[in-house]
Amino acid sequence: MSVLVYTESDNGKFKKNAFEAASYAFKLAEQLSTSVTAITMNASDSEEIGTYGVSKILKVNSDKLSIFNAKAFATTIAQAVENEGASTIVVSSSTDTKYMASILAGILKAGYCTNVVAPPLSTNPMVVKRTAFSNKGFAHTQFKTDVNIIGVSSNAYGIFENKVSPNVEKFEPSLNDSDFSVKSVNIDKVVGKTTIADADIVVSGGRGLKGPENWGMIEELAEVLGAATACSKPVSDMGWRPHSEHVGQTGKPVASNLYLAIGISGAIQHLAGINASKVKVVINTDPEAPFFKAADYGIVGDAFEVVPKLIEKLKEFKAKNA
Amino acid sequence: MSMKILVCISNVPDTTSKINFTEGDTKFDTNGVQFVINPNDEFGLTRAMWFKEKQGATIHVATVGGPAVEPTIRKALAIGADEAVRINAEPKDGLFVAQQLAEVIKTGAYDLIIAGRESIDYNGGMVPGMMSAILNYSFINTCIGLEIEGNTATAIREIDGGKEKISTTLPLIIGGQKGLVEESELRIPNMRGIMMARQKKLNVLEPVEANHGTADIKFEKPAAKGAVKLVEADNISQLIDLLHNEAKVI
Repeated sequence: MSVLVYTESDNGKFKKNAFEAASYAFKLAEQLSTSVTAITMNASDSEEIGTYGVSKILKVNSDKLSIFNAKAFATTIAQAVENEGASTIVVSSSTDTKYMASILAGILKAGYCTNVVAPPLSTNPMVVKRTAFSNKGFAHTQFKTDVNIIGVSSNAYGIFENKVSPNVEKFEPSLNDSDFSVKSVNIDKVVGKTTIADADIVVSGGRGLKGPENWGMIEELAEVLGAATACSKPVSDMGWRPHSEHVGQTGKPVASNLYLAIGISGAIQHLAGINASKVKVVINTDPEAPFFKAADYGIVGDAFEVVPKLIEKLKEFKAKNA
Repeated sequence: MSMKILVCISNVPDTTSKINFTEGDTKFDTNGVQFVINPNDEFGLTRAMWFKEKQGATIHVATVGGPAVEPTIRKALAIGADEAVRINAEPKDGLFVAQQLAEVIKTGAYDLIIAGRESIDYNGGMVPGMMSAILNYSFINTCIGLEIEGNTATAIREIDGGKEKISTTLPLIIGGQKGLVEESELRIPNMRGIMMARQKKLNVLEPVEANHGTADIKFEKPAAKGAVKLVEADNISQLIDLLHNEAKVI
């Protein structure tokens, strides 16, 4: 009764969260004295997932599933669960996967824990630790059903190599029209830029930057760091930056390794959304800005002086450490 | 023909609430906590009002909770929902709640079911999707735009790195969030709404038999945070050194 992990890919390439989910599944399988089976959807090099301890791959190759469709993917994975007799399913916390997994949980009538941050505290009964209250607390949650779904929080457990040569099996789901009742009309996506969801580093700007014309240095800083750019809610409300950059309680969540907040005061709703980030650096002219209480490192100073210097010093640093 | 809309709302602690646990850390401490409509649900409720005013619709709201959630339900009625139902049970986990609300949806034969993508208390984000599977209804999550014409729904879904335009038919469940309407458009109850809400029907139903998917057995607060390490504005190199050698994030 293997652990089944859904390893997400985009344009045939595994996403970083696939390696995180597989690493977690391997650890969990160890605890359960079993092995890991991955299900892949149109992955070009499915065997790559063997690097992270996956010993069996159910490889789905289908034109109908070339564009993500939550219901169709959920139906497919539910059939794989039955095929494998899996009782624990590991998934990531990406937007598409959360969408799919909530449907999967309904199909399987499975208990589902989102935002799980560590391997199970116990396996019989299965108890996991997850974040709650928008990262202001943790819950220890016990599964009550025979089939369970664990949603691994982004950037929480880590990526660990346990190289095996996986056994690849073709898997053909049985899908009908009702699985495709929701149809994709078009996708408007930035290609080639790191998304906030996948970024190791996020550079975020707030009202302290005074206007959209000043964002050049934010974008340059992000480029030097290989980071994604983000902004506070007022900045997106005023149209200085696109809505897609808004991070916070009603915007996107941030779970990166490093979050640089420039000219952001640190309102509670903002903190609620970015609290899962590991290290927070705050640059603000106001020493009383609430964000300094939530920060790990801070500079009290004028962003227009500090950021250009930071860019310069980082370029030197990168050159030395290339 | 007027659309029948059900807005599913969660009663949650206000964002600014201090989070504490009680009874041996097995329960959330509600002492002194202000409860509100879950923020994501508010965007959905305002969008429902838009459909009511522009295209004609009746709006019902549904919540799973004990009597203490009724002030929050009355607020939704004050905003303009026509009728409400409270399933008299503690909303302990997503699977249980989804089964209760699915029953309400089946009974009411709603065309459009608007839920919030995620609630700010337990961050499960699973109820709308689970309901869609139970009922075999179309479901769109992270919904930031919705238009309905006749039986056809066109929606915008937020995806990692952008957005997707999707099309489907009613009945439809959505997991809504900011974008369905702008923050500035959010409805707040006025005096007249509050007065009228008192007359509107708030039905209380006992839960149907349903199982629980999970149970929270204990809670924990995060480790106390150390004080911020401040770096002088003219010593940027020190910050880079700390981030590289101490925090190890660059």
